[in-house]
Amino acid sequence: MTRSERREAVAGWLLVLPAAALLAAFTHYPTVATLWRSLHGQALHGKPPSFVALANYRAMVKDPVFWQALRNNAVYSAAVIPLSMALSIVMALAVDAATGARIRGRTFLRVAYFTPTILPMIAIANIWLYFFTPGYGLIDRLLAPFGFGNWNWLGAASTALPAMIVVAVWREAAFYMIFYLAALQTIPPTLREAATLEGASRFTFFRRVIWPLLTPTTLFVFVNVVIDSFRLIDQIVVMTHGGPDNGTTILLYYIYEVGFQYWDSGYAAALTAVLLAGLAVVALAQFLLLGRRVHYG
Amino acid sequence: MSERPVHGAAVRLHHVTRRWGTSVALDRVTIDVAAGSFTVLLGPSGCGKSTCLRLIAGLDEPNDGRVEIDGRDVTPVPPAARGVAMVFQSYALFPHLNVGENILFGLRARNVGKAERTRRLRDAAEMLGIGHLLDRRPAQLSGGQQQRVALGRAVVAQTPVCLMDEPLSNLDAQLRAEMRREVLALQRRLGITMIYVTHDQTEAMSMADQVVLLRDGRVEQDAPPDRIYAHPETTFAASFIGTPPMNLLPLERTAHGLTIAGTTTPLMTGRPDHRGPLLAGIRPETLRLAAAGIEARVTHSEFLGADTIVACAVGAGAARLLARLPGRARLQPGDRVAFALDAPPHIFDATTSRRIVHAAETPTRTATPVST
Repeated sequence: MTRSERREAVAGWLLVLPAAALLAAFTHYPTVATLWRSLHGQALHGKPPSFVALANYRAMVKDPVFWQALRNNAVYSAAVIPLSMALSIVMALAVDAATGARIRGRTFLRVAYFTPTILPMIAIANIWLYFFTPGYGLIDRLLAPFGFGNWNWLGAASTALPAMIVVAVWREAAFYMIFYLAALQTIPPTLREAATLEGASRFTFFRRVIWPLLTPTTLFVFVNVVIDSFRLIDQIVVMTHGGPDNGTTILLYYIYEVGFQYWDSGYAAALTAVLLAGLAVVALAQFLLLGRRVHYG
Repeated sequence: MSERPVHGAAVRLHHVTRRWGTSVALDRVTIDVAAGSFTVLLGPSGCGKSTCLRLIAGLDEPNDGRVEIDGRDVTPVPPAARGVAMVFQSYALFPHLNVGENILFGLRARNVGKAERTRRLRDAAEMLGIGHLLDRRPAQLSGGQQQRVALGRAVVAQTPVCLMDEPLSNLDAQLRAEMRREVLALQRRLGITMIYVTHDQTEAMSMADQVVLLRDGRVEQDAPPDRIYAHPETTFAASFIGTPPMNLLPLERTAHGLTIAGTTTPLMTGRPDHRGPLLAGIRPETLRLAAAGIEARVTHSEFLGADTIVACAVGAGAARLLARLPGRARLQPGDRVAFALDAPPHIFDATTSRRIVHAAETPTRTATPVST
């Protein structure tokens, strides 16, 4: 190594250091600490938690609430992921078409679609709490003429989780629409014109040109929507507290409950470890399976 | 290669107007393109030539007027049903499809059978010399290769009309000259009607059967290349065609005849019976050095190899006169020279910019080939 090469290497490490230190302190260390903590019991009466090996994990297997949270989360993810992705593409296509057609009010359309993203979660929850209010909420009023109404959407076991799904889709789709819109606007308009001249229908053009060109965005959105669907908590805390009868308890909310309401941090750590492991497997699978089919411009 | 059932179709724009708000892109334009011809729409940027092409393709609609293809009014017909193929300036290749898939995109969209697709792809690839590139993506191709793929996509469609929008403008000079020959050969071989948009008069002169010169949304002149070169109808046509452009100099009526204002040598003895100010149009290549003639002072000279472009100041207002002299003209700035004319000048009305036909005008001499 020459002098200048050595100096460059030192400078490189120094430049990386702040980010690396933050990452280690706030991501890597907590992860490892969580894994270690999950092998310990509850801290009681001021005594340090005792080492219990895999007892927390054994308890988990027998915990019916854990299994229900897992089931709820599976239903929630299976609905929110495809619905919010499909809706975000449709909205992005609509806004993109409006841009091309130079119609009036396209700014309004964009703002309207993006609004859910800029609203704070508490505000969203309040809006939807009003929508879902039994009797005089928006949904019951709309349904009243058809003989329905006075239904406790968030209080009934059959509708609480679907109601949470609707709110989440509404919020997620608005956010990811922006990514699709950005991707759509990088596709040159001449491609559409060439396809039109070649006799391709709008659907053919979407299937054979737009959709393949959107795959990098789709992969990105997919990974994020999946992670989001396991990271949801604020909406549950504000709207249902996991009820009724754990009907809207999903994994992260259960972890929150165990860790910060029952103060069983060892068990919460074990639950967290399982969630992390699941997410890691999903992310890896996504990149390995889908990565090859993605066309990067 | 198998015989192809393609024949050109006539294309006609009839009193076509296209406006965007208050700006008029095309103003009652009428253009007739003969079946099987190579027609170039020529003009500076913003003249409306690309708009013409898009109206013919159906990618845009006229506010007024009619588009006809093969005698049929296609104004309300969607692009795909008009029987036109188009090569875009940017080539518009699909970046995620390989060359073969790009070329066959339209045939698949139109549900052409597999055997027929394969045959047409093979023919087109052979004709354009891109057989070895079929598995590559557009990003892996050079500009010239992408151009050939875009041509291939137009060729396999076997449409009677092919539209090209500045197709060579992204290529370097040498490749452009080569592609010019190839495109022309392809059009001749297929017998299709080619409508080709360019701002490069060299492309127009070297390829076209018919040149439609456009300016500010109107047809300035519609004529074969030799005619437009020898008989420019307007000062704009005169200065747009030819390299370097035609000299346009103010004329003065004297007792001896018409002279360039401030000089004594008459350009012509006849007196056009025309009142009002006149302009003389003199092609740089019709000037040669002489012992006596139009006196001028050299201001600059540019040696190009086969010839030299000499810029001079002439007459009272020191108007600029360009002369194209063969070989290496050894002239220095400040040298006094005199020019004789090999061909009578073109005379234009300075007010209307239109050509004046007069008795002294001799039949057209053979057009000098325009350099590239």
